[in-house]
Amino acid sequence: MSDLTDLYQAVILDHNKRPRNRGRVPQATRVASGDNPTCGDNCTVYLQMDGDRIGKIGFDGSGCAISQASASLMTTQLAGKTLAEAEGQFAEFRDIVTTGKEPEEFSEVAAFAGVHAFPARIKCATLSWHAAIDALKKPDSPVEE
Amino acid sequence: MSCDFSNLRLDFPVLDQHVGGHPLVYLDNAATTHKPRAVIDAIARFYERDNSNVHRGLHALSMRATDGYEAARERTAKFINASESAEVVFTSGTTASVNLVAQGWARDNLQPGDVVVCTEMEHHSNMVPWQIVCQQTGATLRYIPVLGENAEGGLDLAAFDELLKEKVKLVAFTHISNTLGTINPAAEICAKAKAAGALTLVDGAQSAGHENVDVQAMDCDFYVFSGHKMAAPTGIGVLYGRKALLDAMSPWQGGGGMISTVAYEGSQWKPSPERFEAGTPNVADAIGLHAAMDYLDSVGRPAIGRHESELAALAYDALSDLPGIRILGPGEGQPRAGLVSFAFEGVHAHDVVTFADQDGVALRGGHHCNQPLMRKLGLPSTTRASFYLYNTPADVDALVASMRRILKFFGVE
Repeated sequence: MSDLTDLYQAVILDHNKRPRNRGRVPQATRVASGDNPTCGDNCTVYLQMDGDRIGKIGFDGSGCAISQASASLMTTQLAGKTLAEAEGQFAEFRDIVTTGKEPEEFSEVAAFAGVHAFPARIKCATLSWHAAIDALKKPDSPVEE
Repeated sequence: MSCDFSNLRLDFPVLDQHVGGHPLVYLDNAATTHKPRAVIDAIARFYERDNSNVHRGLHALSMRATDGYEAARERTAKFINASESAEVVFTSGTTASVNLVAQGWARDNLQPGDVVVCTEMEHHSNMVPWQIVCQQTGATLRYIPVLGENAEGGLDLAAFDELLKEKVKLVAFTHISNTLGTINPAAEICAKAKAAGALTLVDGAQSAGHENVDVQAMDCDFYVFSGHKMAAPTGIGVLYGRKALLDAMSPWQGGGGMISTVAYEGSQWKPSPERFEAGTPNVADAIGLHAAMDYLDSVGRPAIGRHESELAALAYDALSDLPGIRILGPGEGQPRAGLVSFAFEGVHAHDVVTFADQDGVALRGGHHCNQPLMRKLGLPSTTRASFYLYNTPADVDALVASMRRILKFFGVE
């Protein structure tokens, strides 16, 4: 049996309780949202670009501990990244949550390896990442309040 | 009349298993209930001995299958006290029954300016079909508001009186809310609607099989329910409608079994219920439904309803002591059906359900097919524990112990 403590590692609990980069970015130039209609989870990611790199990143939304912690962690991972780099990181993250394989280098994202044993929860973990990639692919434009 | 509920669990084979190393505590009965051995056996017996297509058949098996199918209809009519069995249409479930009325009755009878009234506590299945038919006909859909910040006040019947001053053609409402556990005053709502010249459709998905239902005493025009939420199989449901109404309705689907004559130029329909049962019906599950009704009445529906409400009251009391909990629906001491919906400050319902599952406790977390109500109450989702006849006070204890463990893990308690 997959142990829940694997799923809700300290890292996840911490990011859920004290989310990093929560809230909209005042000078955001790109924004994208995603939702899981079946669970009602939703997530919006705000980006302020610095050239082709993410300058500032923030997220908003509501959902379970996994979706919230994943969004928080995602913002710490993708800050300063280009689209290509972000896609690479997302591919690695998706690999971790779908197979349970731990990353080669130590990283907080390893905490999400436990998600693979709970297939219904994989989409919780990837929701914010999808939104971030969607936002990165958009052209810059003023984000309305 | 009293019944010993502590041993009923033994009648349900699926309950005899462990989940996460714990005996299964199944508290997701508002989503679907389990089937007693008697129902499983009835279905198996049909496939082993009588399986055949119904109607038109002249051989022995076909006649037995037809007899079994029509006996199920008779039994259903008795179960809800319809005045004749021709008022019972078999469908695939509550959703299909509502859609049948929406497309078979409402589409022909609504026009711009007309109003359909439902409630803010409707399941999507008694809301979306009306949205669709209102779009098709230009009619307007209005909602009876739910009162109280935790929906503890039930339906705002004064607001309903105001709504009835408009050109209301139909009032469609749930008898028992699957999200709140609220028991709506069905007869009173039907009487008000009738006085205003409107028809009524009662969603009985959570009431049929949980209490005695008398459609004539309720004085509704349509009553709809599903078998699988009352110990019968999935894929079989019921539309009760007054005979005169059904006979004036258009068919919903065309096909075999629903026509009296067919010519290349056009066809004529049979009266109800055949008019609405095009194609080969779900014979085996209708027979399963029959067995479920016999089983439930052998226990006694009023006793079942009391038992569930007692468990819900126990759960309500014990859960009320937990920190940061918000319980929806009727307050302490108010009538409540056999379910409790709640939310914790700081712990999302999906985390609660995943956690409880590890303790062998099966719950449901989410919007319970009522997104607009969740939005109104300012909740993304809730956790719901719903009881049926095979649950016991020990199941409530397991639920509460699991919730305490979760709160501790998340640092709330």
